[in-house]
Amino acid sequence: MEQHYQHLYEMLTQVHGYIYPNEIDLQWSLLIVLYPYITGLVAGAFILASLERVFNVKVLKPTYHLALLTALSFLLVATLLLVSHLGHPFRAYEIMTTPHGGSAMAIFGFVYLWYLMVVLLLEIWFDYRRDIVLWSRQSKGLKKWIYKILTLGVTDLSPKTLKWDDKLGYIITIIGIPSAFILHGYVGFIFGSVKANPWWSTVLMPVIFLFSAMVSGIALVMFIYMAVSYLRKQKINMLALDTIAQYLFYILVLDFTLEGLDQIHRIYEAEESFEILSLLVHGKLFITLFIFQMFLGTLIPLISLGTLQLYKPKEKTRRFIYLASSLLVLFGVFFMRWNVVIGGQLFSKSFHGFTDYKIFLVGSEGLLMSILWIIIPFFILAFLLWLLPPWKRIDQKNSVV
Amino acid sequence: MPPQLKTLIPLFAVFITLFLVARYFLVPDSFGEQGHYRFNSVAENKERVLNYAGKEACAECHDDKAEELGSDVHANLSCETCHGPGLAHYDNPEASNINIPRERTHCGLCHSFNSTRKELIAQIDLTDHNVENKCIECHNPHMPWEIKE
Amino acid sequence: MKQSRRNFIKKAATAATGILATGILSPFNAVIFATEKPTDPTKVWWGYGIDIEKCIGCGRCADACKSENNVPREPFYFRNWVEQYTIKNNGEVKVESPNGGINGFVQTVPEEDIFKSFFVPKMCNHCHKSPCVQVCPVGATYDSPDGVVLVDETYCIGCRYCVQACPYGCRYIHPEKNVVDKCTLCYHRISKGKTTACTEVCPTNARILGDLNDKEGALVQFMKEHNCLILKPHLNTGNKLYYNGLNQEVR
Repeated sequence: MEQHYQHLYEMLTQVHGYIYPNEIDLQWSLLIVLYPYITGLVAGAFILASLERVFNVKVLKPTYHLALLTALSFLLVATLLLVSHLGHPFRAYEIMTTPHGGSAMAIFGFVYLWYLMVVLLLEIWFDYRRDIVLWSRQSKGLKKWIYKILTLGVTDLSPKTLKWDDKLGYIITIIGIPSAFILHGYVGFIFGSVKANPWWSTVLMPVIFLFSAMVSGIALVMFIYMAVSYLRKQKINMLALDTIAQYLFYILVLDFTLEGLDQIHRIYEAEESFEILSLLVHGKLFITLFIFQMFLGTLIPLISLGTLQLYKPKEKTRRFIYLASSLLVLFGVFFMRWNVVIGGQLFSKSFHGFTDYKIFLVGSEGLLMSILWIIIPFFILAFLLWLLPPWKRIDQKNSVV
Repeated sequence: MPPQLKTLIPLFAVFITLFLVARYFLVPDSFGEQGHYRFNSVAENKERVLNYAGKEACAECHDDKAEELGSDVHANLSCETCHGPGLAHYDNPEASNINIPRERTHCGLCHSFNSTRKELIAQIDLTDHNVENKCIECHNPHMPWEIKE
Repeated sequence: MKQSRRNFIKKAATAATGILATGILSPFNAVIFATEKPTDPTKVWWGYGIDIEKCIGCGRCADACKSENNVPREPFYFRNWVEQYTIKNNGEVKVESPNGGINGFVQTVPEEDIFKSFFVPKMCNHCHKSPCVQVCPVGATYDSPDGVVLVDETYCIGCRYCVQACPYGCRYIHPEKNVVDKCTLCYHRISKGKTTACTEVCPTNARILGDLNDKEGALVQFMKEHNCLILKPHLNTGNKLYYNGLNQEVR
């Protein structure tokens, strides 16, 4: 406690102008920046996977399962971020037992549960069931039992049943696309509906969140596909990668347009909050907004990917550009979340001043913990790729599709 | 019906039933009676400990001070404005003594010169006026214009 | 041709019946607002008035609030605080609130530069269309039947959404209890016929606790005699804290 007060007394000296006395400490910190980032990755990866399934974009097939498993790995970690940030984590169940209808945050419990159980898990199950049954027959020891449990007792592999797998999986994917939109869109709405905060309160907020989520999800799948292929010493399917990059480019253009529109609108209308927000953007958010989010995270990938639409260099160069672009986009979208969440709390609601935000290295909301939360999904993904390897799938030539 | 649904539908039905059962036990009493909140909380919020007694309470014993106060310019003040919370002292005068502020800075809270105060209250420059003494050495705090000598 | 006309009439009739059926449904009352005005005018409906023209910035209200409600004394947690506004001759506005005004104020701007200055006590506005109540995900904060916005400490999960949603900066997270805390209009006192701690100690009668349903009461009379304004009216939060003498620079 003493250390906490010590930190706050130091913050008092960092206050510019006037803030309401209760505003000295930021309420939502790094963990809350990470949560929309991670659900965004999930929603984006899922939508990329759905493109293959629903819109029959066959060229993306190599990345389909990878995208699904990536979405699952990140989704499992997402809740933990939120729960660990609560003042009373053990009361978190209240969101499920007494959700308040008027609150966007209350949606979290059910949408999350719906998306996890009905959409993601079921889709993966329908897609993998045939292989799980066959693997359960071929494996030995603990792995055999894991597969047996995963079959849920449905071991029928007749052509008619397999056709049902496909049909039901297709239906789930169709339901999944709007579900993915809601899973991430509601987070944007949580911010966009706060009339007290002019940096957050905009109609475009859910839409911007969604499009930047799609961008980050596609970039993540692109990166993971390249990384996994490299680790497994497999040849990359350039057609698939080129197509993903194309989608990334188009959605990035849309995302850039929307975010640009939001800012242009704000600058043009220049209503009451404009002066303080202008100071915010040119001062405390200068590096994270202009340099990290806009220049590195959006403009450079836009230009490089855009150039590739007109002129196609050799494969090695393209791979490098894709790798660089996907990493830059992931970097940029993280800072987009940072600028929204942290930026919105740096200025006082009195419009007369600023407080400051210092990241701790250790502690439950510290930098080390946050890095851990980001790394854990990759371990989960590694486990899932071991359990349900997309490349070892039993030959499906004999099954009716 | 395909075997997948024959397994999945009962499975989900079980989950939902378990959830509803858990919910029955987890939702606290009185929740939802008057709105989306635990209605018993209203009564709980009424049951907090009081610390201020109110002016009439002080006058019950200290009627002399109350009379002094009423005769001069501080008549409008509550005793606890300067003396702080007094309910503990009221309940048990022997055990708990109320705060008696004696320093210049205390009077300065209202009376130090500040242009924002305009003509609303009598103000003095505390860095200039009688800096060696406490205010109460000359001014009876209950009858400030009765200057002691 | 005949068949298609019959089909058309069938479809049109179905559509028309459907639309008529929706007419009997009462308009979807989105119940976005946490509560509406109490329908019973005989019951008390708490509100508050502050007279800026009388406030001398002594800070006794902020101090009494912390004593009465056991608020941590550190300068980061306030249910109630006082601001000193100084509008300079060059148009610049300076706002200060050192320790919420508990230790009083010093004049920091030289006399000759001051155009106008005044003190503004702040506290929870006990909005009846409160955005803080609206956003609570579990129902841990609510508008009581008599118009006081309260917190259920045993139920709050500490998500801090209400702190973000409050436009007036009245809420904070209690450092030890890890739940949200705010002005309760001394609910434990006013329910027993006493007045709030801040009203009790104000030396200049600048603060008025009152019943908005009592047309002869002190608060309604205060609102009648003075031109009262509320903070940030464009946000439509239904705040019930009325200021006399509120300057347009005050946020």
